[in-house]
Amino acid sequence: MAAISLSAIKKNYGETSVLSGIDLSIAEGEFLTLVGPSGCGKSTLLRILAGLEAPSSGDVLIDGKRVNSVRPADRNLAMVFQSYALYPHLTIAQNIMTPLRLRDLSFAERLPVAGAVIGRKKHRMLHRQVEETARILKIEHLLDRKPGQLSGGQRQRAALGRAMVRNPAAFLMDEPLSNLDAALRIHMRAELAELHRSLKTTFVYVTHDQAEALTMSDRMAVMMDGNILQLGTPDEIYNNPRDIRVAEFVGAPKINLLAGHLDPAGHARCADVVLSRVAPSACTDVTIGLRPEHLALCDPTDPEALKGRVIHKENLGADIYFHTAIQDGASRLVVRASPVEGSAISIGHDIAFKRLHGLAMVFDPSGKRMDLMTEPLEHVSEVA
Amino acid sequence: MSDLSLPANGTASGAFSVPSFRFSATETLKHLVLILGSLIVLLPFYVMLSYSFKSPAEIMQNIGGFFGAQESFRDDYCVKLGKDIADCMVTPAIYNYTTAFHKAPLVRYLLNGVIITASIFFIQVLVALPCAYALAKLRFWGREAVFGLVLFCLLIPVHAIALPLYIMLAKLGLTNSYAALVIPWTISVFGIFLMRQFFMTVPDDLIDAARMDGMSEFSIIWNVMLPTAVPALLAFAIFSVVAHWNDYFWPRIVITGNRDLFTPPLGLREFKGDADGDNFGPMMATATVIVAPLIIAFLIAQRRFIEGITLSGMK
Repeated sequence: MAAISLSAIKKNYGETSVLSGIDLSIAEGEFLTLVGPSGCGKSTLLRILAGLEAPSSGDVLIDGKRVNSVRPADRNLAMVFQSYALYPHLTIAQNIMTPLRLRDLSFAERLPVAGAVIGRKKHRMLHRQVEETARILKIEHLLDRKPGQLSGGQRQRAALGRAMVRNPAAFLMDEPLSNLDAALRIHMRAELAELHRSLKTTFVYVTHDQAEALTMSDRMAVMMDGNILQLGTPDEIYNNPRDIRVAEFVGAPKINLLAGHLDPAGHARCADVVLSRVAPSACTDVTIGLRPEHLALCDPTDPEALKGRVIHKENLGADIYFHTAIQDGASRLVVRASPVEGSAISIGHDIAFKRLHGLAMVFDPSGKRMDLMTEPLEHVSEVA
Repeated sequence: MSDLSLPANGTASGAFSVPSFRFSATETLKHLVLILGSLIVLLPFYVMLSYSFKSPAEIMQNIGGFFGAQESFRDDYCVKLGKDIADCMVTPAIYNYTTAFHKAPLVRYLLNGVIITASIFFIQVLVALPCAYALAKLRFWGREAVFGLVLFCLLIPVHAIALPLYIMLAKLGLTNSYAALVIPWTISVFGIFLMRQFFMTVPDDLIDAARMDGMSEFSIIWNVMLPTAVPALLAFAIFSVVAHWNDYFWPRIVITGNRDLFTPPLGLREFKGDADGDNFGPMMATATVIVAPLIIAFLIAQRRFIEGITLSGMK
């Protein structure tokens, strides 16, 4: 277990800057996810933390100690790779034992035959540790196989075992679930989160999949173009994104964005979509963000009803998403509906829906979130 | 996953071709060309093997088919030694092979061949693997230039630098020694190039994982890269061993007097016709004995070649 802190980490490859001054502190025992689209620098950041790459500037601190010039192995971090990176010529047991052998055995004890005799006690202890790890991961029956004979999920577990066995200060995971099929990925998500709870070790997890970040992490950092845009709990990130890029990246289906403007009273509006809350700022062009679940089907006679035509229907079983063209096709909104309400509606139908109040987000032209006030500005203008 | 898909493909195409046999002109033509090519390649071997079984008379008159009649004939050399004619009647096949081993110390030559090819290959691997690893996986200033030099060295023919090499070895007083036979070949640019190309295909993650596990760079080369590179190493072994086992040119230059250092191809010279005429039977028997180890080794390695440790465990 260890607290990790990164300060002012920069990384350049020649002219191109990959990371532009990252500050991040990870608490002891925390599950922190670095999430972002590919090429945002999240893997590079993890590799810098692991010691596989050197930062152009900035410091890496593990438990308060500066480890910039410490070899990867001596940082006592374990890494799980996307490709698992198991040694193809060794059995699973040997794979899991490798980090222990290199850490705990002297050169003489690592010798093929003599080593087993010299360090008999140590060898037995290593075997016990490997078996213990295999038992936790339920891969005891695979210990004698080679990685080539295993399925993706089994290799994934073996790779986890190799990381776990050394009781690292922190686990670093570089998209460990990306090579698994969808069902297994969702299953492993739960298992990894459970593993984190039982090991109580710091996890730093890199992924491009926002669903993984939302489901597993204590905190997540959304990265884009070498910067951390927002750092917070999954709840905060989802419900209160501070940047339009965060709002767009997190959430599936994507948030609905409507190009609008602020009227003199401070109401953001896009044709018939008008927010009742007001923005204090004076800028005029804004973007209104509405998540699909912020919209609900309603009766066409409802005074607040917005009308649109269904152009695509996504049925996910528990939810149905209607892609609707509103304002005669000028904008598109994705509306969530429950199966009970939505099953009768099909493509081409006209539907009515309304906004749930107080949930819409407004972003200024530079993409920053604008805080809205419930107190209407009219009140002020009336006085004036 | 290639280990899984390969057999599946094999059975699928097998099942596909079994039910219907159709005559195809292009396929037939392809096979004819290939058969012709293999005949051209194999015919000298056939002659060599055949002559190694036949008596001198049969060889001269070109009779007796592949194996000869195996009728006893009189060994003139034995008679010259003053032995009884009855004792000097010999069966051709046995005579050829025993002469091959007796007239020249063929076992000694074979042993020399093994020592030299093995030490050349061993040192080549010792040099080539770290070089190839550095060229493929480490980032350092001037890497591309160094690799350019490696490629450039591939273009230098051995014979062009034979004389300077010889003079160098002579000045060092190393001619007529194992060292003279081994040292010039210890750095194989071809080996470096081949292994570098193979290492390029090894995923970086595997090396990073080894670094995280605490391996040093040298330890990565011998404990991670070497085992995954076995198929490539076997391919290189074939090139290296065949080239140096069969080499006649270089041993002929640096081994001038000491017969104990003769390599197998130099041994063939023992049967070069002197006053008593060419002795083709034993000569071909020697040739057969010389090439046999290579062919046997290749047949054994062939399976490993195909099976090999693939990187299938990685993806």
